[in-house]
Amino acid sequence: MLKVHSFETFGTHEGPGIRLVVFLQGCLFRCKYCHNPDTQDLEGGLEVTTEQILSKAQAEKVFFKKKGGVTFSGGEPTFQARELLPTIQALQQANFNVALDTNGGIYNQWVEQIYKIVDLVLLDIKHIDNDQHVQLTGHTNINTLKLAKFREDVGKPMWLRLVLVPGINDQQEYLHRWGKAFQDYKNVERVEILPYHELGKYKYQQLNLPYPLEGLKPPTMASIKQAQKVLESYFGKKVYIR
Amino acid sequence: MSTNLISTDVRGFVFENLKPYDGDNSFLSGPSDKTQKLWKECQNLLQQEQQKGGVLDIDVDTASQIDSFPAGFINKDLEVIVGLQTDQPLKRAVKPAGGIRLVEKACQENGYTLNPEISKIFSKYRKTHNEGVFDAYTPLMRKLRTTHVLTGLPDAYARGRIIGDYRRVALYGIDALIQAKTADKNSITGVMSDEKIRLAEELSEQIKALSLIKKMAADYGVDISLPATNAKEAVQWTYFAYLAALKEHDGAAMSLGNVSGFFDIYIEKDLEAGLLSEQTAQELIDQFVIKLRLIRHLRPNEYNQLFAGDPTWLTESLGGVWANGQHKVTKTSYRFLQTLYNLGASPEPNLTVLWSEKLPESFKEFCSKVSIDTSSIQYENDDLMRDVGCYDDYGISCCVSRMNIGKQMQFFGARCNLAKALLLAINGGKDEIKGLPIVDGIEPLKSDVLDYDQIKQRLDLTITFLAENYVNTMNVIHYMHDKYYYERAQMALIDTDPYRVMAFGIAGLSVVADSLSAIKYAKVKVIRGENGLSQDFEIEGDYPQYGNDDDKVDLLAKELVKQFSQELKKHHIYKDAEPTLSILTITSNVVYGKNTGATPDGRKAFEPFAPGANPMHGREHSGAIASLNSVSKIDYTDARDGVSNTFTVTPRTLGASSQEQVENLSSLIEGYFAKKAQHLNVNVLKKEMLQEAMDHPELYPQLTIRVSGYAVNFVKLTRPQQEEVLARTFFEQM
Repeated sequence: MLKVHSFETFGTHEGPGIRLVVFLQGCLFRCKYCHNPDTQDLEGGLEVTTEQILSKAQAEKVFFKKKGGVTFSGGEPTFQARELLPTIQALQQANFNVALDTNGGIYNQWVEQIYKIVDLVLLDIKHIDNDQHVQLTGHTNINTLKLAKFREDVGKPMWLRLVLVPGINDQQEYLHRWGKAFQDYKNVERVEILPYHELGKYKYQQLNLPYPLEGLKPPTMASIKQAQKVLESYFGKKVYIR
Repeated sequence: MSTNLISTDVRGFVFENLKPYDGDNSFLSGPSDKTQKLWKECQNLLQQEQQKGGVLDIDVDTASQIDSFPAGFINKDLEVIVGLQTDQPLKRAVKPAGGIRLVEKACQENGYTLNPEISKIFSKYRKTHNEGVFDAYTPLMRKLRTTHVLTGLPDAYARGRIIGDYRRVALYGIDALIQAKTADKNSITGVMSDEKIRLAEELSEQIKALSLIKKMAADYGVDISLPATNAKEAVQWTYFAYLAALKEHDGAAMSLGNVSGFFDIYIEKDLEAGLLSEQTAQELIDQFVIKLRLIRHLRPNEYNQLFAGDPTWLTESLGGVWANGQHKVTKTSYRFLQTLYNLGASPEPNLTVLWSEKLPESFKEFCSKVSIDTSSIQYENDDLMRDVGCYDDYGISCCVSRMNIGKQMQFFGARCNLAKALLLAINGGKDEIKGLPIVDGIEPLKSDVLDYDQIKQRLDLTITFLAENYVNTMNVIHYMHDKYYYERAQMALIDTDPYRVMAFGIAGLSVVADSLSAIKYAKVKVIRGENGLSQDFEIEGDYPQYGNDDDKVDLLAKELVKQFSQELKKHHIYKDAEPTLSILTITSNVVYGKNTGATPDGRKAFEPFAPGANPMHGREHSGAIASLNSVSKIDYTDARDGVSNTFTVTPRTLGASSQEQVENLSSLIEGYFAKKAQHLNVNVLKKEMLQEAMDHPELYPQLTIRVSGYAVNFVKLTRPQQEEVLARTFFEQM
């Protein structure tokens, strides 16, 4: 049984093609810019079985064509890694392409299993500097970096993502360190920049929570372009903007 | 007794000679100098028309007929294809045979006065369609009309929807067509039954129309007696035939058919012979399309409220597949789409792609690209329609109505407001607004908490009653239309003994499906006014909503359609036509809502319905595909006049890069049609539209913005947030 926050049947930003995105409930990180604060708590959400997810994927199969499939996102999907693993196996057995959209914050045997089998990992490295990572998310980036390396060793495709936040991780130094850390990875198919946005703000109001980044503006076009340029110099390929 | 030989040959001619094209769009050409100059002049005129409040000019002195205007030009030196509805571009004609009062009103509302002589003729000496219908309407029919249970009945203007096989004029020349129709007429012998007398008269009218088309072409200096011999003639003659129909009638939709493949054959031949270059080939299509973009009908304000934006629904169907599996995409299919770049985006002509999994990938991708760039294409499921319709030379009439070209005609009309049917059931057969008794034998409800079985039993009775009386009303309208406003020009280009359908419609499907679901799965209490009529509803608890791929409610929608369709089949239909049904409203869903009280799904009184078969806005909670899946459950064989679905996205919702957007849109359409869905309007929002939504939020209640993992109703955001969305949504890829 998985705790699901919601489904997006027409996901086009969580991996290749058209995807069924399953947003799982619960996250260990408390990112200041989180646009889905309503998914952070493990409490709440719908109890959903593997069969129900399979049947939703089946209902959508004709839309997936060659590229699409199912993506588990959140929240942090590995928060429920033990329950998630058999669901991923069942989907793969039914020939669905499965992606995991994760922050890499949780490392355990089930997470390792998932990283071994899943077709694509979308790994969000929120900050390359450990202290800053703690400041931003409340947790270290040690597991995230370990899992990046683990996936590289597994040898299956990975997309790296950076949520670009002005004054937090868009400084030259951090961008260069971010690029440098992964430039030699052979499994990185794609790098994406997700510019910070304020669209999650209203959810904080609904939840009666203070907005942690009050007053912070989204990055300017120029700074996004700048970040793109820096990262492209490390990866030698186009860096996408989401 | 039929001109089958000739009609079969048009399909056969195209089938034999069509060169399918599998390549990409790189061969396409921009507009020629002439086209650019001509279009510039037209744009000036269009601007003037806009500035004058929507109508540039009206000829109030001429009752429009095929040959009643002298040749008209925009700029003779620049026009490659000629012919206007009147003597001046954008000058509107009066067509009083449909109904004189409506024409007088439309003139008046635009600051003109109809020539009193015309008023006198059509009110004193010459009966109109409108007068005929009202002479025969029963009191009940009038009541169904004034209470808006039946809305949009074509009883005061042309019914439209008929498609002549305009290609016949180019392929055979007028003289051969006159000969064939004359032979048909002469074959009527023996006892003269009502039916035969009527047919003989109709054929005489058709023959007269053909002669008049020839005369009209001659006024432009063109002799169309014999077959067209080159591409320019083929386009020009086809256009004359179509123009003749547009001069005599003002149906809401008067569609073109599928002429692009036919044109392509002539263009290919001329290209090979060196008579045309790619640019002059494109020029023919651009200029033909310019002519179509200038088509206008004179409408009263009331009509414009129902169909916003002065639409003409000149639908041209592109692509599709022959019965043997060979696709019909030609270079001219591309050339028609290219007009959207050469002349800019436009809703008219209504370019419709007959989508099949067998279309070449390069064409699918080009269509998706054009959709994203212009929002000007709609898609229909060719694999489904070819299969169900058993004929492969068809076009789309209006938006979703499949028609065999030259072999079929239809009697179109109106919609039954299904939400009002439900309210009749709840209110003991009385109309919920005025309290007029309409349906007999509906017992008042025993409790204010609605019981599903009680409601369903009353709704069944109401639907049975309404279907019967809808058929009766339509029979009256179409009898009179044939008698007083017969489409001689179009019928002359259709087989003498065509397959006939009568096209019915329903509105408010999602409202009723959700209402039934609410009654079934939640607790719904009716709030009654002093007059005892339902005023509002209180809902306790959640209920499954149509648009989330949930069978609990989706099957209620599917069953409603089946039920209505089966009820229609029980009744005698004029000229033995077969009933078809559409779930189609384009902009009229707003007006239907305006005339309908609160409904048990939680919709407040007078709020708009969702368009067509769309789920109600704000009730889709799991994204576009769940919504498409819900609509796809409606069985096309129950709604063969079409199941319309409008899909609205921003470009970035389709994907991050333009290549991804094109691929994902293409997969989306293909997936939807693999589910045996019939139609998809693809609406890719432009920045300007979002800006307008910021200033006029009331016009965009259902505008949803999606970014990664996040959805929101656009008009509910604060202004700064909207501005951010605007910046983000139209973030250009670097």
